[in-house]
Amino acid sequence: MLSTQALPQAFRFWHLPADGAWQGHALDSHLLLNLWIALGLFALANALLLIGVLGKRRAHRPIHKLTLEYLPLLGFAALFAVLAVRANSLWATQRYTGAAPDALQVEVTGMQFAWYFRYPGADQTFGRTSNALVSPAEGNPVGIDPHDPHGADDIVRPQLVLPAGREVDLTLRSIDVIHGFAVPEMRLKQNAVPGQTQHIHFTPEQPGDYAILCTQVCGLGHYRMQALLRVLPAPQFDKWLAQQERAQQAGASQ
Amino acid sequence: MPTILTPPGIHKPRRPGPHDPGEGDNGSGRRPPTDKRTGGNGDGDNWSDRPQGRRGPRERISRARVGLFFALGGDLMFFMALVSVFFVAKTSGHFDAYSRYINDWLPTAIPTILWLNTAVLLLSSVSAEIARRSMFRETDLMDEWFGFGRPTSRRAALWLSATLVLGALFLAGQCVAWSQLVSQHVFFNSNASSHFFYLITVTHAVHLFLGIGALIVALGFLFRSRQLASRQVMVDATVWYWHAMGILWIFLFAVLEYGQ
Amino acid sequence: MSASSQSAAPRTRRIAHAVFSAHHRNIGFGYLTISAVAVIIGTILSWLMRAHLAWPNWNLPLHGPILPEDYLALVTMHGTLMLFFVLTVAPQSGFGNLILPAQLGARRMAFPRLNALGMWITAAGLAVLLCAFFVPGGSPIAGWTSYPPLSASSLSGPGEGPGQDIWLLSLALFCIGGTISAVVTLTTIVKLRCEGMTWRRLPLTVWGWFTAAMLAVLAFSVLLAAILLLFCDRHLGSAFFIPRGDFIDSTTILRHGSGSPLLWLHLFWFFGHPEVYIAILPGMGLTSMVLANFARRRVFAYRLMIATTLAIGLLGIIVWGHHMFVAGLNPFAGTAFAAASMAIAIPATAKVLSWLATVWRSRPQLSTAMLFALGFVSLFVAGGLSGIIVAQPILDEYLHNTFFVVGHFHLIMAMAGVFGLFCATYYWFPLLFNGCMLSERIGRWHFWLTFVFAYTTFLPMYFSGLAGEPRHYAQLTGLNAPAQRLLGATGAAQLHITAGAFALGLTQLLFFFNILRTLRTPPLLIQNPWSATTMEWSPNAFAEPADDLPAPIVYHRPCHYADDGLSFFPQWLPSPSTKEMESTSKREPE
Repeated sequence: MLSTQALPQAFRFWHLPADGAWQGHALDSHLLLNLWIALGLFALANALLLIGVLGKRRAHRPIHKLTLEYLPLLGFAALFAVLAVRANSLWATQRYTGAAPDALQVEVTGMQFAWYFRYPGADQTFGRTSNALVSPAEGNPVGIDPHDPHGADDIVRPQLVLPAGREVDLTLRSIDVIHGFAVPEMRLKQNAVPGQTQHIHFTPEQPGDYAILCTQVCGLGHYRMQALLRVLPAPQFDKWLAQQERAQQAGASQ
Repeated sequence: MPTILTPPGIHKPRRPGPHDPGEGDNGSGRRPPTDKRTGGNGDGDNWSDRPQGRRGPRERISRARVGLFFALGGDLMFFMALVSVFFVAKTSGHFDAYSRYINDWLPTAIPTILWLNTAVLLLSSVSAEIARRSMFRETDLMDEWFGFGRPTSRRAALWLSATLVLGALFLAGQCVAWSQLVSQHVFFNSNASSHFFYLITVTHAVHLFLGIGALIVALGFLFRSRQLASRQVMVDATVWYWHAMGILWIFLFAVLEYGQ
Repeated sequence: MSASSQSAAPRTRRIAHAVFSAHHRNIGFGYLTISAVAVIIGTILSWLMRAHLAWPNWNLPLHGPILPEDYLALVTMHGTLMLFFVLTVAPQSGFGNLILPAQLGARRMAFPRLNALGMWITAAGLAVLLCAFFVPGGSPIAGWTSYPPLSASSLSGPGEGPGQDIWLLSLALFCIGGTISAVVTLTTIVKLRCEGMTWRRLPLTVWGWFTAAMLAVLAFSVLLAAILLLFCDRHLGSAFFIPRGDFIDSTTILRHGSGSPLLWLHLFWFFGHPEVYIAILPGMGLTSMVLANFARRRVFAYRLMIATTLAIGLLGIIVWGHHMFVAGLNPFAGTAFAAASMAIAIPATAKVLSWLATVWRSRPQLSTAMLFALGFVSLFVAGGLSGIIVAQPILDEYLHNTFFVVGHFHLIMAMAGVFGLFCATYYWFPLLFNGCMLSERIGRWHFWLTFVFAYTTFLPMYFSGLAGEPRHYAQLTGLNAPAQRLLGATGAAQLHITAGAFALGLTQLLFFFNILRTLRTPPLLIQNPWSATTMEWSPNAFAEPADDLPAPIVYHRPCHYADDGLSFFPQWLPSPSTKEMESTSKREPE
């Protein structure tokens, strides 16, 4: 987006990270529109205040309530309505409907203080989990029930690897407290609430490494509860996934 | 003997105007305490006659009622919050290990003594209302103004005591209900619906306990206070609070009985 | 005043009499004392937070390094102290008790002893809260919003044991005290107005106090209910907010029944949003009156200002979900709350337009109070415009719990709200202290430094939030590589913000110095130094009920000034053309 490289160090604080998601451009342009409008109105209000206070006093001020109050108010109301409707259409596109049926399914589990990501494996079905079985030390960080055959081929990793250009449906859950799953560079955020599962879906576009942060205070390790989102081009992702499935099978058969 | 004497210089000549009926006393001792006029709220009501701050009994009662109204509004929001949580909890559930949605709301059977308690509380409201009205009976007030004893206080004290006894009986009945549930091993933390049963009945009982405290204070006022207006205000406010708790109980009882 | 019975009375008795009296002046100063203690401690806590963010390895003397749980405890206590005990107490209860009766032409507040009880309960709340620093485990770490299950189990982190219970008790006391104060305020406004003070003639400050008190009555009880439920979850084995199978610190939290953390969010924010309007509404009313007074102009569109005050109050009750857009709500609910939140922007804009129109080309007298009122408008716009941005769910998805939001509420609440308090102090100081006026010279320095440092502290937060800096992060170093790359850009901003915060806090020493210095000077006994029109400036506004003085009568609306900018028509005197000025007819000259 806007680069600050040209500015001297002291002023280099404007930085909107690049957006790597499919809907990113529309969203960022709406955000920038809002920011410019806010800046403009801020400047206008302060300018009016300044002129109003410093300008020569008018002895008798004609009162035109209609033009000075109600018409501008109507204008602002229309502006806010336009912004709201535009924002809502973006919101609706992202949130009103669920993911496409053929979206990649990944489950995200948050706990104090790490994220784990589970792929359903070859059978495309997640195994049962139980909070009581959660034990990262024993290699079962998301608590997969060993008695469920569907769980044997689930792939659990501390990194989220996704293919570029394919929609992914994330199932968010938490096992202890509320965590906030956020990928700023995909403009994605949703709280993971214990006792509930949340679904969000998006389509990463740009390959690269992105930060996953926790954005809901969850305890003393909140600041270090990060994970890595790695977006690979689709063929590389397929290779990676096949590799993981083979490793899982090899591990399971031992 | 009127308890408040006013030096004659305070009284200002009235503005000429239509003679308003029922012009009564503002506590100054010059006229019987049956003032039916209200005023003093800034709406052009002939209030300049009276020195600032010497408002009649009707103003004091009105003020107390307005304050009580707002306080009860806040209190009502408290109970509304609890009842909303009740309805949300009743219809929510969880996913079990097989991804099935389970709603395991088990209604708690209401001990039948609660019906008796409700009747007792309604009776206590009746007796409270009788007590309240006896504070405003004109014949008794006139007697009192003339110095013929304190018929208002005697009558009100009698009925307030009855209310107190019935209120205490209600609380005792609630305790019996709780002990009945405990003997059946239904504790506060037994299941979701028992959370609410105990929470709702206990918070209401705490409010009623405060009401009993107010009744005791009102009885004290009746015997000790020397200003008729103060006695009227205290009894009026207490009884209105009592009625509010009674109506609230009917609503809460209906929620517990039929809403589970 | 009421304590000046005999100068021969022992000093301790006079002090005790003043401290425990039920006179609204003493109660008002009691509330302001509570706020002063809270703001000093809250500012020091914020300095510690900022120092740690700028210099993570800095050791706090006598304590050692600021650990992550210490940082979160600082955040929690800072937020709780400032929002509850400063921004809710000082404008509403503090200045309300001092000034409201006089503005109504009343001699006292309704229910004086109940009023005093409310003040002492609030003081007890503050005292209890400060104990949280000293209990085993320390202060709670769940933020001022205290979401369960983090706040529902002592296993979830340090400070979540006794510290969280202390927090709950303190806020329960606060709720009760706040409700009592609101009930007293409402009854005073409804029943104790003097003759001629109709609803339409009420000053806008009173409308602000009225609406804030209505919100308080509705909202505090809901918080009390939520606190009670959370307490039951913590200690009585219930499961209102704890879901089934919750697994904290390798322990399953065993409960019968299954709760939902979202329930707390709903209850808390149903209280939390009206709470922030309670903090700002009195300031908005005061700004209108002060701007009009020093510009010697009528308030532009007075009736509309009353309507917008009520509209903001009413709409403030139905927008709570905008704190929960990404918390797990139904997306359609998000749209509904977004619509309501954008709707609130309309009465707020109407207010800004009225303020601008009131001072337009008016060459006002730029006293310190006027400067702070103008600063209020500027900061309100700066903070409010970002509110419009985060009111849109799709944008809030990126900005939720980033420093953008922190900048938003600090500018509009901490700064504009506090500017309202400064304005009130400078404006009403001669009224409260026998005509002594705070030094204008020091006041101007105070204003300009505070104004500049407010912007230098909080505007960069917008930018660091846009860069993605999250809230509640104990440090921004030692993160994984992509996160470090993302957040490393905000490093320079941290220093700026910290420097600004220190400067902002230190500037307030000027304020305290001004007050102390002025209190030492002999009283000037100036009756109405600002030539104001509202009733508190009338000659006998602070007379006692026992004094034998004629009752005040209100003849017309406030803020009527002659066009020459010099003469004015106070509310307590009839004016030659009262009939023309009075707006009882539908066709209003305004």
